[in-house]
Amino acid sequence: MAFHHYVLVCGGTGCVSSKADDLFGELAKALDQEGIRDDVQLVKTGCFGFCEQGPIVKVLPEESFYVGVKPADAAEIVSEHIVKGRQVDRLLYKEEDSKVHAKVDDISFYQKQFRIVLRNCGFIDPENIDEYIARDGYLALERALTGGMTPDDIIEELKESGLRGRGGAGFPTWQKWGFSKAVEADQKYVVCNADEGDPGAYMDRSVLEGDPHSIIEAMAIAGYTCGADTGFVYCRAEYPLAIHRLEVAIKQATEAGLLGDNILGTDFSFTIEIRLGAGAFVCGEETALLASIEGKRGMPIPRPPFPAVKGLWEKPTVINNVETLANIPVIISRGGEWFAKVGTEKSRGTKVFALTGKIKNSGLVEVPMGTTLRDIIYNIGGGIPDGRAFKAVQTGGPSGGVITADYLDTPIDYEHLQELGSIMGSGGMIVMDEDDCMLDVAKFYLEFTVEESCGKCAPCRVGGRKLYNILDRMAKGTAEEEDFGRIEDIGQAMKRASLCGLGQTAPNPVLSVIKYFPEEIGAHVKEGRCPAGVCKGLIQYYIDPEKCIGCTLCARRCPVNVIAGERKEVHVIDQNGCIKCGECFDACKFGAVIRR
Amino acid sequence: MAKMTLDELRKLRESKKKELDLRSPDNKSIHVVVGMGTSGIANGAKKTLQAFVDELSDQGLTNVSVRQVGGMGLDFAEPTVEVAVPEMPTVIYGNVDEEVARKIVRKHILGKQLINEHIYDRPAADIVEGTE
Amino acid sequence: MKEVNCTINGVTVTVPQGTSILQAAKTVNVNIPILCYHPDLPAWAACGICVVKIENSPKMVRACATAAGEGMAYITHDAELHQVRKTVIELILSTHPNSCLTCPRNQNCELQRLAADFGIREMPFEMNVPEIEADKSTPSIVLDPEKCVKCGRCVAVCQGMQDVWALEFIGRGDETRMAPAGDIALNDSPCIKCGQCSAHCPVGAIYEHDHTRAVLEGLRDENRVSVAQVAPAVRVAIGEEFGYEPGDIQTGKLYAALRRLGFDVVFDTNWAADLTIMEEGSEFVRRFVHGEGEIPLITTCCPSWVDYMEKYYHELIPNFSTAKSPQMMLASMAKTYYAQKIGKGPCDIFMTSVMPCTSKKYEIARGDDMYSSGCQDIDYSITTRELARMIKSAGIDFRNLPDEEVDEALGIYTGAGTIFGASGGVMEAALRTAYHLVTGKELEKVDFEAVRGMEGVKESVIDVEGTEVRVAVAHQMGNAKRVVDAVMEAKRKGEDPPWHFIEIMACRGGCIAGGGQPYGATDEVRLKRIAGIYRDDVQSTYRCSHHNPQIKAIYDEFLGEPLSEKSHKYLHTHYTPRPIYSK
Repeated sequence: MAFHHYVLVCGGTGCVSSKADDLFGELAKALDQEGIRDDVQLVKTGCFGFCEQGPIVKVLPEESFYVGVKPADAAEIVSEHIVKGRQVDRLLYKEEDSKVHAKVDDISFYQKQFRIVLRNCGFIDPENIDEYIARDGYLALERALTGGMTPDDIIEELKESGLRGRGGAGFPTWQKWGFSKAVEADQKYVVCNADEGDPGAYMDRSVLEGDPHSIIEAMAIAGYTCGADTGFVYCRAEYPLAIHRLEVAIKQATEAGLLGDNILGTDFSFTIEIRLGAGAFVCGEETALLASIEGKRGMPIPRPPFPAVKGLWEKPTVINNVETLANIPVIISRGGEWFAKVGTEKSRGTKVFALTGKIKNSGLVEVPMGTTLRDIIYNIGGGIPDGRAFKAVQTGGPSGGVITADYLDTPIDYEHLQELGSIMGSGGMIVMDEDDCMLDVAKFYLEFTVEESCGKCAPCRVGGRKLYNILDRMAKGTAEEEDFGRIEDIGQAMKRASLCGLGQTAPNPVLSVIKYFPEEIGAHVKEGRCPAGVCKGLIQYYIDPEKCIGCTLCARRCPVNVIAGERKEVHVIDQNGCIKCGECFDACKFGAVIRR
Repeated sequence: MAKMTLDELRKLRESKKKELDLRSPDNKSIHVVVGMGTSGIANGAKKTLQAFVDELSDQGLTNVSVRQVGGMGLDFAEPTVEVAVPEMPTVIYGNVDEEVARKIVRKHILGKQLINEHIYDRPAADIVEGTE
Repeated sequence: MKEVNCTINGVTVTVPQGTSILQAAKTVNVNIPILCYHPDLPAWAACGICVVKIENSPKMVRACATAAGEGMAYITHDAELHQVRKTVIELILSTHPNSCLTCPRNQNCELQRLAADFGIREMPFEMNVPEIEADKSTPSIVLDPEKCVKCGRCVAVCQGMQDVWALEFIGRGDETRMAPAGDIALNDSPCIKCGQCSAHCPVGAIYEHDHTRAVLEGLRDENRVSVAQVAPAVRVAIGEEFGYEPGDIQTGKLYAALRRLGFDVVFDTNWAADLTIMEEGSEFVRRFVHGEGEIPLITTCCPSWVDYMEKYYHELIPNFSTAKSPQMMLASMAKTYYAQKIGKGPCDIFMTSVMPCTSKKYEIARGDDMYSSGCQDIDYSITTRELARMIKSAGIDFRNLPDEEVDEALGIYTGAGTIFGASGGVMEAALRTAYHLVTGKELEKVDFEAVRGMEGVKESVIDVEGTEVRVAVAHQMGNAKRVVDAVMEAKRKGEDPPWHFIEIMACRGGCIAGGGQPYGATDEVRLKRIAGIYRDDVQSTYRCSHHNPQIKAIYDEFLGEPLSEKSHKYLHTHYTPRPIYSK
């Protein structure tokens, strides 16, 4: 028989360190004392991602959410709530306006996540069209086609919603559709950009895998609005599951008459084909993407003309990325006005971020625009693991920049991020802690853009390589002061004279670390020192003779055998052969291996 | 599926809505929902799914439906599994390997007890519920 | 046409809608620096040097690829633009070998000029020059990717203008390079050796195979009679190397220069063009009037077109004129007819041709028919550019040379011969003579303007005493497809051919803008060279090939009549299907 109550105690590291174990014991004791141990199950859970307020206790089925619970509070929760059915108000989570919240869904931390794009992900079977339909799927298409909505009505609805492109610069979606609709042409196309390529970003993949019909429906609506009868999904071949789910979904939608000729008995016909990309980052740039669909080498071409006017095979082509499209059925079925209530003045709706790096709860989060970085990192992501200090967060991937602790309370939207020298980008969010070297971070992103440059335009192709070489010299201690001037010159040339967004934004990571971490970068160049101890060319490991007891462990771990010393005698590292892998440092149990 | 008319689409939506609603804890059947996005599968979700199927059949349980969905967003705790048993709170388990999957069948579904250390939480309230 | 008004550096400009900022600036005498842009090609927008500012906008746009917009205010030069452009040039220079002194483009290089204009005195960035071996596999052109600045012109020419698709970018990031698609040898690729890539390359990354040394060696051999021939298009372009205007006719100075270089005898390919007309014109009459052989007849003077056809359209081999090109006809006659005249054997003649063309280097060894005299009919073929270098290195003061006469035997030519140098010329020359061959009468007006000019495909219907002759002329290889596909379509359907006679030339404007001509050909230059060609035609004593006394002489003395057995032995050739990719 099921229990009457379940008491969930957060067992994440954060909560454990704040005495969750003691609390657990006290709760058990209290249940025993009340004699209701058999009616209540006491459960340890994984992290709820609300570590700042830990330890957390959640009581089901009431879903009461107690925060900051101390072992001494255990008896009261049991006697009051479980036995008498009265919630312990003083422990319930309170928002700043001091309204008391009892249920999880009411707590704004959970409302800080707000699922529009991910509405069906993890809820429906993506390979079963019926489940999508049951969640009001294809309702928007139905409205558009049979509910008397004209293409202009749809554009008006999008305008009211304030939806902006989620892939990069945030161009208003209604305008894009409007441009395409306004052009007279015998053929038009709709393209879904599913060429997600930022390191650490995978929200588009998750949508395609979890809710492929939402993309199909949105593309059909776009086709109806702009006058296109053919759509392409350009998806990278590294996403086999997403492609499979999409194929299944297209097949089902076609069989159900939601794609194909005369959809729902109307004059509107629309088909979708999948085109696979070979995983070139630049193919996420819309003109390069179109070239790739046409079978050409994926290289950007200058805009204007914009693809909405002259795109695929020179025909008007609307290109939206996956996340943008996923919003559209909701906007059409619930109305632009409803959508516009979410988010900030200029940035409406939600944004999905892929939260990774030095973060406890890595994963996909969807938050209303305007949510602060602090909320995302600390309240949703659970903060930095292992008690390390937050150093910076990178948004916008290789096109973005780092944001420091000083700016954690910045509300996230297109404009604010740009002011900080970063961009929204597709939504990668990588958190760094004090062990990360910012020079190394910039070097990582630059290496990515250098490798992913299409090689077409000189500023990006050559400038990126030169910038990388300079950072590499800095990391090895061979850079000179003049290199800062070169970075400035190259950075300007790349920003101003590169052809596409990839090149124009490629210097951002470098420029932003120089701006926000001048001392750290300066230490590499002026003092030949890497403060975070990351840049191998600048660190040395040596053994403190005072602390070494001659256990030989470091010598045995050393992969290149450059640590010498007899048992019970002080060991010495031969600096000439050391590859700075840090094995000895990690191995020594006596703190005798020093890194400097 | 044959091509649908508008009426058929509407009827299907209504009838399926009810079916999906049946997944709420109040109904009588039991649902196991495995997150099968790339991150889930990369962390062994396929084995987890198989373990559920095997264990359910070993235990002779026929009133349990095992389904797959896309990723739930809790990538740090993959594979993730949602379990809905009547008269028990619906919970999401994380880090569900084959052994945990078998434990869930035996302890949660048969024993009506939640499993320690593996409960995580739904990342967000689902906001798109009906459009009216 | 709709016009837009904008300002360039504050000066108001009115230009037709769609005009690029680059072109708009030119109208007010502002030259925005460029590297990758070429007026023949759509703006590729790669180099980033032509960026300009829009007032009140933080962005810079590419002047080559951005249309001037109504009401916009552009700034084309200021300190910031200078700095950005200079950095970009420095970046490009850091990947380009510092070997100007030994480069074929020394003093004629667009990158060198930019470096000079921007006063670049030091290299702020470390050098990263790729090490890639040059591709010398074709007899015509050399690819030297180390020098490539990735401007994309060669690729656009090869794929766009020429529709050949031999060249492509391969690799990514800073390992991007131009190469034959699939990274195979150029000679194994679909390359048709037209050399338009080399004519458009802004630097020395693609250039003609240089045979000047071999020619000089040959001239030292006192046992052989050295004979030069010079093609129609050379005379209206070589002057550009010595400060003359494009289109200035330099025939007399050319003959003089060749003699000063040491050639014993100077002939003119124009004479052989007249001979070609006799053979090809007769061939047309035989096919068209007598029904012996396939119609349409397609000209074969252009070896790049022949190569293209053998690779892509070998079904049309029966439609090809079997007449050799003028270059090969002259060589064959020089080593047989002329050799006999002076009491020499074929191999005692050392034959050099001066051509506007890189493909002619390929043609001289194209097949066994090119050895009709018993040894290789042409020893070396050099381009106009190579001849100019030889003249300069020999210290010949070209501008002050007296005009000299040709050696008459294979040298006297008619206006019909000279117009071979321009697109439509072969057709026009053939019509002048074919009319006579069919009707026995002479034309009152020999000009066929409809087949002249820069239109990609030119069509005309000629009334030959009540019989309609439909002709088509295409130039720039990519335009051939339109004509040839229509012929193939009619063939498949068993319909009447859309035309009876077709001329195709691989290069835009014809041989006057061949791959071996002086650098800098644009349509403006092409039109001037073409004008020169037609001036030479009008100035000629005779304007129809069948009036050439030296042509009459060779038939009387040696060949008998057109299409005779002897003609076939020396003046005709065969074609063979070739794979597009050799391996």
